[in-house]
Amino acid sequence: MSDPIDPMAEIRASFFVECEELLEALQDGLTELENGDGDPETINVVFRAVHSIKGGAGAFGLEPLVRFAHRYETVLEEVRAHRLAPVGDAIRLFFEAADHLSDLVRACRDDLPTPEASSDALLAELDALLADPEPEETKPVDSPPLGVAIDLPDLDPVEEPKVAAPLPVPPDNMALPFPHWLIRFRPESELYKTGNEPLLLLRQLAQLGECHVDCDITALPALTDLKPEQPYLNWTIQLDGGLDEADIRDVFEFVDGLCDLQIDRVDGPENLPPPGSAAPTLAPKIVDLPRAAPSPPATEVPLATVPHHPDRIDEPHKSSTGATAKSVVRVDLERIERLVNLIGELVINQAMLAQSLDSVDLSPHSDAMNGLEEFQRLTRDIQDSVIMIRAQPVKPLFQRMSRIVREASSAVGKEVRLITEGETTEIDKTVIERLTDPLTHMIRNAIDHGFEDAPTRQAAGKPSEGQLRLSAAHRSGRVVIEVSDDGGGINRARVHQIAVEKGLIPVEAVLSDSEIDNLLFLPGLSTAAKSTDLSGRGVGMDVVRTAIQALGGRISIASEQGKGTAFTLSLPLTLAVLDGMVINVAGETLVLPLNVVIESLSLSHDDVQMLRPGAFLVRVRGDFVPLYDLGAMLGYRAARTDYNQSNALLISLDDDTRAALLIDGIEDQRQVVIKGLDDSFYRAPGIAAATILGDGQIALIIDPGDIIAGSTCPRSTDPGLPEKRARYG
Amino acid sequence: MSLTILAVDDSRTIRNMIRLALIPEGFTVYVAEDGIDGLSVLDGIAPDAIITDINMPRLDGFGFIDAVRAQSNHCATPILVLTTENAPEMKKRAQSAGATGWITKPFDPEKLVKALLMFAG
Repeated sequence: MSDPIDPMAEIRASFFVECEELLEALQDGLTELENGDGDPETINVVFRAVHSIKGGAGAFGLEPLVRFAHRYETVLEEVRAHRLAPVGDAIRLFFEAADHLSDLVRACRDDLPTPEASSDALLAELDALLADPEPEETKPVDSPPLGVAIDLPDLDPVEEPKVAAPLPVPPDNMALPFPHWLIRFRPESELYKTGNEPLLLLRQLAQLGECHVDCDITALPALTDLKPEQPYLNWTIQLDGGLDEADIRDVFEFVDGLCDLQIDRVDGPENLPPPGSAAPTLAPKIVDLPRAAPSPPATEVPLATVPHHPDRIDEPHKSSTGATAKSVVRVDLERIERLVNLIGELVINQAMLAQSLDSVDLSPHSDAMNGLEEFQRLTRDIQDSVIMIRAQPVKPLFQRMSRIVREASSAVGKEVRLITEGETTEIDKTVIERLTDPLTHMIRNAIDHGFEDAPTRQAAGKPSEGQLRLSAAHRSGRVVIEVSDDGGGINRARVHQIAVEKGLIPVEAVLSDSEIDNLLFLPGLSTAAKSTDLSGRGVGMDVVRTAIQALGGRISIASEQGKGTAFTLSLPLTLAVLDGMVINVAGETLVLPLNVVIESLSLSHDDVQMLRPGAFLVRVRGDFVPLYDLGAMLGYRAARTDYNQSNALLISLDDDTRAALLIDGIEDQRQVVIKGLDDSFYRAPGIAAATILGDGQIALIIDPGDIIAGSTCPRSTDPGLPEKRARYG
Repeated sequence: MSLTILAVDDSRTIRNMIRLALIPEGFTVYVAEDGIDGLSVLDGIAPDAIITDINMPRLDGFGFIDAVRAQSNHCATPILVLTTENAPEMKKRAQSAGATGWITKPFDPEKLVKALLMFAG
């Protein structure tokens, strides 16, 4: 806390981080409630999440958030008390309220105006749940409501020694002039049990103004009979008449109910109020306390600097909500970016060093070479570690999608249940952020067009509730995210017809199922018979594909008539580094992602077959795969005519599409640092990014999926579409 | 005089706010995330006062106070309940569990310091 950063701003920032965790726990809890989870702790987790958000929001004066959370919490309390069952409309509203709460949190975080109107509308609906005269379903109370973890014995007032020690009669020798306050104070034993201390109360009173205290010790037994927890003393206090009664009552706030307290204003000797009873007091002892003691011992604590104590570092080493059981350090993303960039430089530097050592022809066993090897290993480890720092689980993204599913399905009146898998799969933070829009679009599409309406589903023997599956998994160094529905599948006849109508394919084109499915990714193709509010927003799957490709990812589609459609996204773990194969094509150095390369091929004349002019196939152990001439496709040179003695790389994409890329030679295999191409280059077809090699040379990184997709040729003027279709085969 | 305080709250934000309010005043602040955690932290220290939340997982504030009061060495330690519930019955419940006093969230740091100084005096 010694740095110049405003600690309050820091706490505020960490509050919003905590809010995200709480919102996540809230979503999880609601999902469990919806699924009929009988664990009584679930509703408590839900309740506490909202409660904690409210508590923190209050600390920062985030009124709209407090207001909404408070009333949401009030309704949840009803569930906790088994007066409201979390079913049907109630649970639907709870989800909506959770979504709204997260909107409010984000609005507050970003200092945006909060959507008060929708707050009010939702609150009205929530309140209606409370007002419901007929409890929806009252569960038998099988567990005690939370909060009562321990049975507290009722305090038995009979035990109190009230009779033995009535309020004292004020002694005669009152020192304070009239008018004054006369306070009669007799603690009960409970006051001591709560850790309260009459002396402290008296000191506080003395701070208010001139004060005379009279202690009645008549009830005090002999020392041998004294029980330390029993109240034997009572006090009569005279206080300056100019004081406000509320100030006096404030002093006794915490002991209210734990003592007999009588506060009267005495204007003169004639109107001394009668005490509770008129027992005589013996030997009153008068204690004069100084007026308004400026610093009683209690406040003599030095408020100045005391060195920081070894306070427990407040890291959430375990979760309060059962969500993230991790220690967390909040780091500005910018700092990590800087680290990533520096490591990028380090990798380049190491490559340069390797090159110069190479040129002096050292023995591979020399110290320098050994050192270099170690250096390379360490660099790679550092790189991996940094990538891990940027990695985040996809869970928050998936949770956001569950909201999209709820909103979209209710908008089109379809019942859809979202099933998520692999939520803990981690992926680069930037990738996660940039996946939100494409995923949202895909899910809206699926709900709008993928699922049939309930009658159609029932007629087909399917449950009326559709199932949307969202899964994530690590697969061979990449993250694969799948969105699949159990809807009607792609209407291929319709897609084909539209593609023909829009001039995207020639009328006579005969396409395979998979080829037709892939037409969905062409710009301008929309199969929706009617454009709906939901997905008909002029954004097609082509935009989704572009977004995914911009992340270095690929998207593929699989559909089965009557059974559903699945979109598969394959994404790089990171946007920062890449294991690449450095190749040479027409004198240009290029980098190909290593994970797509299966093997290198040395071609002989017999291996290559011409399909048609311009379209060639390579025979690989009995199979034929399409051959792409990289140099020609990237426009470096004219297409080769003779393939004899040339080299090719056999590659395989995530969707198992295989192809051979014609190259001139392989130079190296190494990690490269991805440097994005500036926007001013526009989108370079077939090129994903660039990198700097060890010798300082800039090399372009190939996007093999894009090359194979054939988007390197201008589509509209391209008459030879069937040639491009080779990719689907 | 430097006071040692144990603050028990499941909200990181509130724990941080407490630390921010007390550490500059020279307090030593120990924190815990829930009642169970609070009891285990309490095992090794003798705080001058305890601040606790009510709504917490595993062991809530009432249970925590009760357990603290059951320990002879902490039966008189002032316990301040931090709660957003302004409801009188919540205070009553806290009181009958053995709480010394309460502070309503959002708390005023000055008020918290004053209350602690008063109690621990």
